[in-house]
Order: sequence, then C-alpha cells, then structure tokens
Amino acid sequence: MPTRTQLLDDRAMSRALVRMASEIVERCGGTDDLVLVGIQRRGVELADRLKRLIDAAERVDIPSGKLDITLYRDDLQMIGPRPVVGETSLPDLDGRSVVIVDDVLYTGRTVRAALDEVADFGRPRRVLLCVLVDRGGRELPIQADVVGTAVSLTTRDRVDVLVSELDGRDTVELTRGDA
Amino acid sequence: MAALGKDLVGLEHLSADQIRLILDTAEPFKEVSERPIKKVPALRGKTIVNLFFEASTRTRISFEFAEKRLSADTVNVAASGSSVSKGETLVDTAKNLEAMRIDMVVIRHGSSGAAQFLGHRIASNVINAGDGKHEHPTQGLLDILTLRDRFGRIAGLKVAICGDVLHSRVARSNIWGLTKLGAEVAVCGPPTLLPRGIASLGVTILPRIEDAIAWADALNVLRLQLERMQTGFIPSLREYNRVFGVTRERLARAPKDLLILHPGPMNRGVEIDSDVADGEHSVILPQVTNGVAVRMAVLYLLAGGRAAPAQAARGDEA
Repeated sequence: MPTRTQLLDDRAMSRALVRMASEIVERCGGTDDLVLVGIQRRGVELADRLKRLIDAAERVDIPSGKLDITLYRDDLQMIGPRPVVGETSLPDLDGRSVVIVDDVLYTGRTVRAALDEVADFGRPRRVLLCVLVDRGGRELPIQADVVGTAVSLTTRDRVDVLVSELDGRDTVELTRGDA
Repeated sequence: MAALGKDLVGLEHLSADQIRLILDTAEPFKEVSERPIKKVPALRGKTIVNLFFEASTRTRISFEFAEKRLSADTVNVAASGSSVSKGETLVDTAKNLEAMRIDMVVIRHGSSGAAQFLGHRIASNVINAGDGKHEHPTQGLLDILTLRDRFGRIAGLKVAICGDVLHSRVARSNIWGLTKLGAEVAVCGPPTLLPRGIASLGVTILPRIEDAIAWADALNVLRLQLERMQTGFIPSLREYNRVFGVTRERLARAPKDLLILHPGPMNRGVEIDSDVADGEHSVILPQVTNGVAVRMAVLYLLAGGRAAPAQAARGDEA
C-alpha cells in the first residue's frame, strides 16, 4: 500500500519561501538585475510568492515572467502531444540574473528544456535555479542553487506540491510507493 | 483527451471537443509567432511534404511557416514540374515520397475526397489543405478561431456565409465546424451558386444580401471565382456586385456592426468593396495571422498522435 506523509505543512512552506527569497537576493548580490521566471504550472505560483517577498523586503518591483516548456520537451514521441500548453510571457532577459523557479526538481529534463527556451528569448548574464523540493534522481548534470527542502527518493515515490492559489491549501506531500 | 487520430480530412467527422482541442491548442502558438526567435523545437526531426496539386499562396506559405516554426523539415512539391505532369498517380507519388521516410503530407487537390483517399493508403499523417469542393478544414478552423477571438464564444453566434457556396470547400468546413459548436449559420448567394440540399446541413438560406446583413453578427464573404461568369452561373461581375456585393452602404443599414471575414484572395469591387475589406470591422488580416497558429496546432497534435500509450503514464514531476 502506498503511504502518504506530509513533507512540509503550510507554515514550514512559508518559512522555506522566506529563506529562499533572501537567499536569491544574496546570491544575486541585490535586486538590480534580478528577474524571476516560474515554470508552468506551480512554479509560476511559487515565483509570484517569492516576488512578493522580495518586493516587500527590498522595497522594489522586480520583473517576473512565466515559462511553459511543453514545446521544448524531449519526449513528444514517447508521451504524445500535451493539449494544454500554458502561457509563456517573459520580460527582457538580456544581461539579467534570471532565476528559474519550479516546484520539484527530479530528472532535470524540465530544467534542460527551460534553459533552451530561455536562450531563445535572450542572453541572461547568468541563470540560477530555485526549487521548493529537490527529490534527487537526476538524469542530467543539473543542480539547484536555492533549495527549499531536499529529500532522497526512489522512482516509486512521488512528491506533490499544492499551492493555495490552485489547490486551496499550501502543503508538500510525499507518497511512498511499495518497496 | 480527445485525440485527433492519424489524419485531418475535414471538420465533418470531428467532435465539438476535438474542434475545441485544436482551437485551445492554437492559443499558445499565437504567441510563438511574436517571439524574437519564432521557433520551438516541438517537431524537430519530422519531415513534412507539402503536396500542392492546385495553385495556392496563402495556404501553402501558412503551412510552411507553421512547419518551420515547429522546427520540422519541409519539402514543397507542386504538380507542375513534378512527375505528376508525366502522368504519375496520386498514390504512386505519395508512396514514393513515403519511401524517402517522410512523416506527414499536407495535400491540396482539385478532387473532392483526395485527402481521405490518400490517408487510407499511406502510413504518414495526412492533412487536407483543400480538396475540390469538399473541405478546407484549417481554413474553417482559423475562421472559427478569429470569430472566437472577437466574440469570446461561438455558441449562439449568427454567421452568414455569402457568395459562391456551391464551389466552396471553405463554406462546407465553416458550416460543419460552426454548427457543431452551436452557432447559427445562414448562407446567402444567387440560387445558381447555392448547392441543392444545403439546408439539410442545418443552415438557413437567405436569398438577399440585405437579409443576411440584417440577421448576422458576422459575414464570411466568399471569393467569387471569376471563371464562374464564363460558365453561366452569374450574368456579369458588375451585376453580382450590385445585387450581392458587401458594400459600406449596405452595412450602414445594419442594426449592429458586423464582423467581416474573407478567406482570400479577394476580388475587390466584386464580392466585397475596398472600404469594407480595409474597414475597422474587417478581420481579414487577423484571419491570416491565426492561420499559422491553427496549422501549428494541427501539426503538433497529429505529430504526437502515434505515441505508444504504454509510455504515456509518466508523471508531471521533472
């Protein structure tokens, strides 16, 4: 039987985001060139939260955008086309410090696709990766710069990030598959 | 998910859900054409042949842009200058192309049913870019997308299709698509240019252009194919314009502003006057823009259509 446990409750998630927001500003040496880019779907909501936290703490209004990587996936032949392609809208990325925000980092293939897509929109000075959960299991040489929480899981396990904007509550759930 | 199957032959055999799937998929593709680099890698490595047995500028170029913006490799074959002019049959031409390992064929042909005929005989995906008087599904879809953009809905919309309905594959695709999505459709034109039994498709016949203008929310003005005059369908172009032309004077008497569509190429001063075609309610150029997005959506949805279902279960995490 799969068992479900809570990895982060709403307060733990909120604390993690506050810490991540300040880490982003530190890593980028301020907010001057900072751009936050959320990956559809839940990365967009998390990027919005981080933007609000940074804007409030630093009294700024940093540009942000959203990215849908569906058309950059490397597995169209394996999974078939996804009918729901989300919106992509990005501010100017040239010369900026671009922070890609996603909910879960797993194989790294989504991030690979996001890097390709970002490169088609401009030439950032540098690109950082920020994820709420790093669950291990990389299939590509990709790592996160800012991490909410890290766990080491097997392919049978599953992590679900729920956000109140889309799911009615903030929580990170871990479903353990049969060993 | 309402998958499309292997081919897109027409809108007649699509469900309302399948039509909505194509329209919804076209939305994000509009934005791709506005990017600094107008290209995404979704169809990288796919080979597509545009097989055009009839003249076409807009449709062929629109398909070609759609293919290139999805990173597919494309080849154009026109009937003149190919082995077709030496008498090769359609199936032989297509089988030879398939022997060179292509993935999709976009076909424009003068015979109704050519796309379906080909689709049954080759393994590649086949997309109908207009077959005789039968259907022109991507034109129907881009017309519907343009209407949906402007009105926010299709259900309940009143659309009048005006002019040479008899010879028009555009009219048929529009009628099928619009009625499936709940629009009311009327046709208007000289009796010689309305097909017999058209009412059985669920459309109203309006004999006078003034009636169509008074009734409709949008007019889709069809091209009067000039060769029709020689073959006796209409007495003269001038008379056609006088009786059926969409003019500013006629539109001024309408109870509301009408949206004006035209699939092109236009005969200015025949079926449509210049000040209407270039007027503020004309969406003729937005139709062309939407054409690329709709064709990208169709290519994208068909290209992945042969996926192995066993591998489709992969989760969203990455």
